[in-house]
Amino acid sequence: MTPSQQSSAHSSTSSPPPVRMNERPMGPRGPMAGMVPSAEKAKDFRGSLKRFSPRLRPERAVAIVVLLVGAVSVFLTVLGPKLLGNATNVIFSGIISSRIPAGVTQAQAIARLRSTGLTTQADMLSAMTLTPGQGVDFTALGHDLAVVVVVYFAASVLSWVQNYLMAGVTQRTMYRLRTEVDVKLGRLPLSYFDATSRGDLLSRVTNDIDNISMTLQQTLTQLVTAVLTVVGVLCMMLWISWQLALISVLTVPASFGVTMLIAKRSKPHFVDQWKWTGKLNGHVEEMFSGHELVRVYGHRQAAIREFDDANAQMAEHSFRAQFISGIIQPALMLISNLNYVAIAVIGGLRVASGSMSLGDVQAFIQYSRQFTMPINQIASVANLLQSGAASAERVFELLDAEDEIPDPLHAEKLNDVSGRISFENVSFRYLQDKPLIENLNLQVVPGQTVAIVGPTGAGKTTLVNLLMRFYEVQEGRILIDGIDSTAATRADVRHCFGMVLQDTWLFEGSIYDNIAYGAYIATAADIEGAARASFAEHFIRTLPDGFSTKLTELGENISAGERQLLTIARAFLANPSVLILDEATSSVDTRTEVLIQKAMAELRRGRTSFVIAHRLSTIRNADVILVMKSGTIVEQGTHDELIALGGYYRTLYLSQFEASPVENADDSVS
Amino acid sequence: MTSLLIQYLKPHKWVLVLISFLLLVQVVSNLYLPNLNADIINQGVITGDIGYILKSGAIMLGISLILGISAITAVYFSARTSMRLGRDIRADVFRRVQSLSLAQMHEIGVPSLITRNTNDVQQIQQLVMTGLTMMILAPITAVGAILMAVREDAQLSLLLVVIVPMMLLVIGWMVVKAIPLFQVMQIKIDRVNQVLRENLTGIRVVRAFNRTHSEEARFDIANDDLTDTSLKVNRIFALILPVLLLIMNLSSVAVLWFGGHLVAAGSMPIGNLTAFLAYIAQILFSVMMAVMTLMMVPRAAASSDRINQVLNTAPSITEVDHSAGPVGESAGRVELRSVQYQYPGALDPVLHTISVTFEPGTTNAIIGGTGSGKTTLINLLPRLLEATAGQVLIAGQDVRQMPQEELWAHFGLVPQKAFLFSGTIASNLRFGRPEATESQMWRALEIAQAADFVRALPEGLASTVDQGGANFSGGQRQRLAIARALVREPAIYIFDDSFSALDYATDSRLRAALRQHVADATVIIVAQRISSITNADQIVVMDFGAVVGVGTHEALLADCQTYREIADSQAEVAAS
Repeated sequence: MTPSQQSSAHSSTSSPPPVRMNERPMGPRGPMAGMVPSAEKAKDFRGSLKRFSPRLRPERAVAIVVLLVGAVSVFLTVLGPKLLGNATNVIFSGIISSRIPAGVTQAQAIARLRSTGLTTQADMLSAMTLTPGQGVDFTALGHDLAVVVVVYFAASVLSWVQNYLMAGVTQRTMYRLRTEVDVKLGRLPLSYFDATSRGDLLSRVTNDIDNISMTLQQTLTQLVTAVLTVVGVLCMMLWISWQLALISVLTVPASFGVTMLIAKRSKPHFVDQWKWTGKLNGHVEEMFSGHELVRVYGHRQAAIREFDDANAQMAEHSFRAQFISGIIQPALMLISNLNYVAIAVIGGLRVASGSMSLGDVQAFIQYSRQFTMPINQIASVANLLQSGAASAERVFELLDAEDEIPDPLHAEKLNDVSGRISFENVSFRYLQDKPLIENLNLQVVPGQTVAIVGPTGAGKTTLVNLLMRFYEVQEGRILIDGIDSTAATRADVRHCFGMVLQDTWLFEGSIYDNIAYGAYIATAADIEGAARASFAEHFIRTLPDGFSTKLTELGENISAGERQLLTIARAFLANPSVLILDEATSSVDTRTEVLIQKAMAELRRGRTSFVIAHRLSTIRNADVILVMKSGTIVEQGTHDELIALGGYYRTLYLSQFEASPVENADDSVS
Repeated sequence: MTSLLIQYLKPHKWVLVLISFLLLVQVVSNLYLPNLNADIINQGVITGDIGYILKSGAIMLGISLILGISAITAVYFSARTSMRLGRDIRADVFRRVQSLSLAQMHEIGVPSLITRNTNDVQQIQQLVMTGLTMMILAPITAVGAILMAVREDAQLSLLLVVIVPMMLLVIGWMVVKAIPLFQVMQIKIDRVNQVLRENLTGIRVVRAFNRTHSEEARFDIANDDLTDTSLKVNRIFALILPVLLLIMNLSSVAVLWFGGHLVAAGSMPIGNLTAFLAYIAQILFSVMMAVMTLMMVPRAAASSDRINQVLNTAPSITEVDHSAGPVGESAGRVELRSVQYQYPGALDPVLHTISVTFEPGTTNAIIGGTGSGKTTLINLLPRLLEATAGQVLIAGQDVRQMPQEELWAHFGLVPQKAFLFSGTIASNLRFGRPEATESQMWRALEIAQAADFVRALPEGLASTVDQGGANFSGGQRQRLAIARALVREPAIYIFDDSFSALDYATDSRLRAALRQHVADATVIIVAQRISSITNADQIVVMDFGAVVGVGTHEALLADCQTYREIADSQAEVAAS
């Protein structure tokens, strides 16, 4: 048995996390799903397998050992029933022998039986080795059984060794695959992340990898053992009696046929089941998330009605899917029982006619049971492989995505940058047919502040993307202290910049760790200093564990304003030459807001800064204002110049700021 | 878990009896087959009676068919019962959540409630589905097989006294060792996924700080850790199957050895040996089935605990079914009399003795720092939260005396987070007023400054809205949420910081339109910035859960200390 990992994406829309056991996957695909082609099928099954196999190559040596050990173990296991059959024969002939008086030879006994008309018994006896007068030969029996014990013991030990090694193979392979994916994520360009839905990407790196892992764990060992067992058992059956073997072999296509027939019929119901499950889950999510709206807008009864409808549909379709696919097991059981009956009867007749020994029939019955089980296993493994291959395909798609252009081999160094930034004829567009930044020229002297203003969605972050080299300019160049930023390594370029964005990103760890994120080597004193400089120290000290307080994932246990302060502290510690700031418009309470403003001002002191500005004070004091509108820079200049120009900026300024009742003191409208 | 199962299985008790009966038939037939096989050997083969062999074969065939039919019927009923059980639990959980107050919902958490209503129920449903077949089947088979074995030969059955405890020991060991490891493994998987998730969401920061390599190292630690634990778990499982198989195989050997002696002594017919072997195989098989289902139990038990917690939460807000009579005063009048609110389990109330009145036809603002209780206050009005002391009066009536649907009909609420439902723009606008006409919707869109962009959409009002309104920008979502409230034409509007994502120009146009078109209604605005509320007829200043000032902008500037402080700090921000 192989336990399996479970998928566990955080999103509440993901399918139920399955607990899966060998041969019996539970969860999203239903308890009998092993037998049913999953809705998700690989587009190119062979292709994925072919691509996956090199990933097993480092395990080649172990895999060969596993195969050999497995083969021997299966051989021994398969030998068992035959040896047990021999033991049965010893007992049987002992019993018969004891019924023949001593001194009578076997031939005489047979002749006597024939003369009395008991031809069947005579036939049976003629096929046996008898020692008339003697009972069961316990020495021979003991000997036979001792051999069986040794064989079984060895088989079990080897099977354990095989499973043990195989666990290593699969786990190490998965470890490497996960590492490969993680490293790949580090090499992908930002455009990839922006173009791909985060949920989809997350699902690939979590759910799909978990699914591959589960598939590997369950299929590799099972497949090897099952195939070997089928072959071994078939050989044994043929050896014992080809006539009976023929009957058993017939059950194979019958089982496959029945499975396929039922699976085909259940598939549309499974599709419906998942469709309704998705609808229902979506409805629940919406109604719960919008709880207060549902109530206040008097929508509760309608919500319940809609729920009941989807719930009933889902229950009905699940029932059909589960029932139809559930028939597979009993159907296979029936086939296997018919096989059993046939063997018992025909075997019995053959023993009676002397063409087969009783022990052989007994062994055959055991074999026929051993024969159907691995065949069912192969059928279910084949299904699992399909779903695993579909996941592998999705992961390979990620691995195939184009990498960032590598850094130049002989990169220019950017040391002790003064903060002089110039844009020379820079052009950039996300989509080829949608011009965005055209021929932008801009000179920024060290220490200057550039304010970027414009309505939401005007593309202000595009400039940040270009400066940080998250995206590459298509024409022209951006110079940092006179050096073309593409001539330096990305690491060097980014090292020059400190970024404080509205979208504060913190990770699970202590506040120390989070602030220290900005610098490789930082002492506790450095960190506390940065916190002090950014006015974050006070709130940190009020937390139960101070600087050692653990933040939850994404820092959800502190307020938005406090998160902002921490990201400022982080930038402080990194001590960059150039700053990129995004002034917050989100609802931060006024007191924290004051702190954030002070901290940002402190951080800007003496540094070149690009500010996505929302506040009048920042804008008015800026050395250059870039006015952006629907993705393009429409105006550029100082506040006074732009007002004098009488263009878009002036309109913007008048509509937004001048109407403000608090004279010249307004910052923004919440 | 048992209580939950008993409760929801009760309506199906006769079906359960039927399923048990069918399974019993199945087990008995299954056990009878080896017995017939023994007869074939004992009476047919040894005596050479071919007729007997064929006759027994025919009986075996018949039994196989009965077995197949009863098994399929059992699957039919167990699938039906478990899916209906899942459906009923889901429906009850959904209804219960619908009747919980906001505070109760937040106590458990919305994402958790969603999981409870969906995945957790699925877990139980799945357990019942397998349970109804496997879990009943396994013990019946085991007991049946033991009984048959004893019947076959009592002396030889003594072997079972050794075999069965050995198997139980192995399973016990597995349960004790593997299940906790399973849980640990789940935690490690979550950790790996968490690191990946953090890396994806923070990709810009990671790159900006050149931390790609240290993130890789962080991932590697988590990955390593997971691999270690998975290896441990898998190695335990690597041992279990060979051990169980060994026990079974050695049992077969023992049966032949001891059975051989019994047969030799003439105290047992030889055919029984073969049957005995078959019984042992069946006992082992049922034990393994039990193990499989056992693995599902801890998970389902955790799920059912979570479901029970929801079902056992009594709604803190009770419904009156009679109206306290016709509304006397004008519908938009809101009055709070010495209202207090304390979150369940909290040491101090978040709101103390609030008394304030909002009159129809006025614009009212509530201002104060985070945590001063603004949102809590407005949630008290439509009774989303229930005041722990004092009275909330809408149109002169205590909200506790009004049927909830009737109470809610007074309100147009625009919450902080502009939440849209999947569907169309029209279905969202009609959310609180299903019969609204197109012209009513367009009018609302005009006021909310949303008409332009909706008109620009190729399908206009029929345009699709994705889940959470993801296909609209923050500002568009906010305007649609405002329009949704306007379509309702309620007596009282509540805007909880609802203009934050709008740019300045849009914001001021919207406010102007609002003033003009909803002149008769009571408007209550929760605000962060003073500049946005200076025109309000009445401003309520809150600090640490208390009202510290009520009046107009000028009046408050003159005599409210807190208000002045806020104004100063916002001016200081702008000046810095």
